[in-house]
Amino acid sequence: MGNETNRNLEASGVLNDKPVIRIEPTKGWVSLKLKELWEYRELLYFFIWRDLKVRYKQTVLGAAWAIIQPVVTMVVFSVIFGKIAKMPSDGIPYPIFSYAALVPWTFFASGLGRASNSLVSNSNLIKKVYFPRLCIPISSVLSGIVDFILAFIILIGMMFYFRIMPTVNVICLPLLLLLALATSLGVSLWLSAMNVQFRDVGIIVPFLTQIWLFATPIVYPSSLLPEPWRTLYGINPMVGVVEGFRWALLGTNTAPGHIIIIASLVSLSLLISGALYFRRMEKNFADVV
Amino acid sequence: MNDNVIHVERISKQYHIGKRQEKYKTLQDSLANALASPFRRAMKLLHGHASGASELNETIWALKDVSFEIKRGEVVGIIGRNGAGKSTLLKILSRISEPTSGFITIHGRVSSLLEVGIGFHPELTGRDNIVLNGAILGMKRVEIDKKFDDIVAFAEVEKFIDTPVKHYSSGMYLRLAFAVAAHLETEILLVDEVLAVGDTEFQKKCLGKIQNVAEEGRTVLFVSHDISTINRLCSRTIWIDSGQLRLDSLTNNVIQQYMLSQMQGCMSEIRFPSTHVNNKFQIKFIRIVSENNEPTAIVDFQNSFKIKIGYEVFEPLMGVFILSRITDLYGNIICTSWDTDTTDWEDRVREPDQYTSICTFPGCLLRPGRYLLSVGVAINRHILTYHENILSFEVSPANYCLNPGRVGIITPLFKWEVIHNGENINN
Repeated sequence: MGNETNRNLEASGVLNDKPVIRIEPTKGWVSLKLKELWEYRELLYFFIWRDLKVRYKQTVLGAAWAIIQPVVTMVVFSVIFGKIAKMPSDGIPYPIFSYAALVPWTFFASGLGRASNSLVSNSNLIKKVYFPRLCIPISSVLSGIVDFILAFIILIGMMFYFRIMPTVNVICLPLLLLLALATSLGVSLWLSAMNVQFRDVGIIVPFLTQIWLFATPIVYPSSLLPEPWRTLYGINPMVGVVEGFRWALLGTNTAPGHIIIIASLVSLSLLISGALYFRRMEKNFADVV
Repeated sequence: MNDNVIHVERISKQYHIGKRQEKYKTLQDSLANALASPFRRAMKLLHGHASGASELNETIWALKDVSFEIKRGEVVGIIGRNGAGKSTLLKILSRISEPTSGFITIHGRVSSLLEVGIGFHPELTGRDNIVLNGAILGMKRVEIDKKFDDIVAFAEVEKFIDTPVKHYSSGMYLRLAFAVAAHLETEILLVDEVLAVGDTEFQKKCLGKIQNVAEEGRTVLFVSHDISTINRLCSRTIWIDSGQLRLDSLTNNVIQQYMLSQMQGCMSEIRFPSTHVNNKFQIKFIRIVSENNEPTAIVDFQNSFKIKIGYEVFEPLMGVFILSRITDLYGNIICTSWDTDTTDWEDRVREPDQYTSICTFPGCLLRPGRYLLSVGVAINRHILTYHENILSFEVSPANYCLNPGRVGIITPLFKWEVIHNGENINN
């Protein structure tokens, strides 16, 4: 019987790679264990898959919500800011001016909203099974990409309608999306880890997102700001993302330039510091959540 | 090859528990405190201290200096009272929670089953949940695909595999959840007692599966406070008491010691004060005594014991029945017996006085385990009083080793004869 088991275990690859796990208290700042995260990439994939499958279950409109949210916001903004307040829009029709900004913004904000609450809403998992906890907020942010694609299709439709040809700069879009992703994840890592102990975060996030929306050139063009302030304003990485989207798709002359460098640096430091903070707090998650 | 697959060295775990808040003296103080405390907490947060909503100064040790080693292929039970630290130990071994000091090394792939159906989502179908749950438990995609049909067959949910699990009956849900866990193929399995949920049929299936795993030569660590399960599954048992390792030895040894310590909670006797609520009749005491008439809550499997029910009759009564009933911890009624069964008191008048009805239970009848005693009184078939589960007692296997094949609710030793017939087959 024993031999047979050994063969079974060997067949399933258990005996061939025998990992040695060492469990001991961690102190201070710990490594990010990115290698382990990579080993758990399948689980990450399944978390994203679950998020997508579950998100619009038992809703009447289903995935249409991914489109309705930015579109309705665009309509409201167009009426209030475009028509009533007569907000300048860099010479571009206001609806598409705001919608081109709302698409990456919605990706950022909804990712932030989901991910900052993700550890708390998955507390049953955290308390019952081991896996790299980073999988949870990462999957929450990544699962927003599908919504982004759906909203983006509408954006393409609108460009046809307004007869706007994208510029060659459109090849930069994936990088801009990556920047939005890194920013969303970086902030989420901080907030989700804090949320485990301080549920205040759950209250702060919608409020923070709202303020952040107005600190980003979505309803107005950043050209409204005079120069020394406009660079300072670029500390908000979403400024670079949003103006970059308009520049690449609508051909505004808001080439991100040095703003994008500031944005990348800020976003990268948010991401790294967030991941480090997350890893440091991780050991307490199961005990505190 | 090193045969120790798990090496636990002086593991301790400290938990912070909230301290009662100090009373604010004045409104000004409380306002100042309310303003200052968010900053204090924020400072703590930045320093990486775990702190929740209140000041956390008081600590408890859930585990203190626990060390042991487990060899390849061993099936080890961990017992202890609720809150003794056994689940904490399992959480540390599963890397869910981090030890405060000490270290553990584990050689090989580990799966921990602290709960069945972790990550099950009610909106997802059975199929989706199998895949998701498998991934959460650490199975690879190919492994899940390979075992998918086996899992479905084991759970007996073929027809509903594409139905969201929220429409499943609780039995189906549990079967599916356990089926995934049962198909894990890791070398080392850490199992918590919460696995033993659901109906008895399902429990049997679970335990049978764990037994199979054990027989396959894999290493199993099984946490439970159910002695009989541990007894059945594990050859060695570790007893954790108040966070410390109390005993680590052969299961029989440990269980006996553990039960003896538990028995302080069992009562061999209860006395009733005179209340005269009922002016006809009153029970004075109920007592369990051993063969030698010593009050005891632990009786030897082999020896007989007596249940003594003392009562006072205040007016002449005819047709009094004293009843004793024995129930096991799962609520199964083992037997019910009346004092009129084998006496002539049913037709006799009990004059006002003190009486004791004594029921002698033969040895070798009740399986070793814990039982509850209920006592009742009926007069002319009307129940007068019924004290449900008034005493609990333990039948200990003592030195007697029950043949594991002797299954059944009771274990009577019947009279058997073997006749050597020789050629004369008809006799």
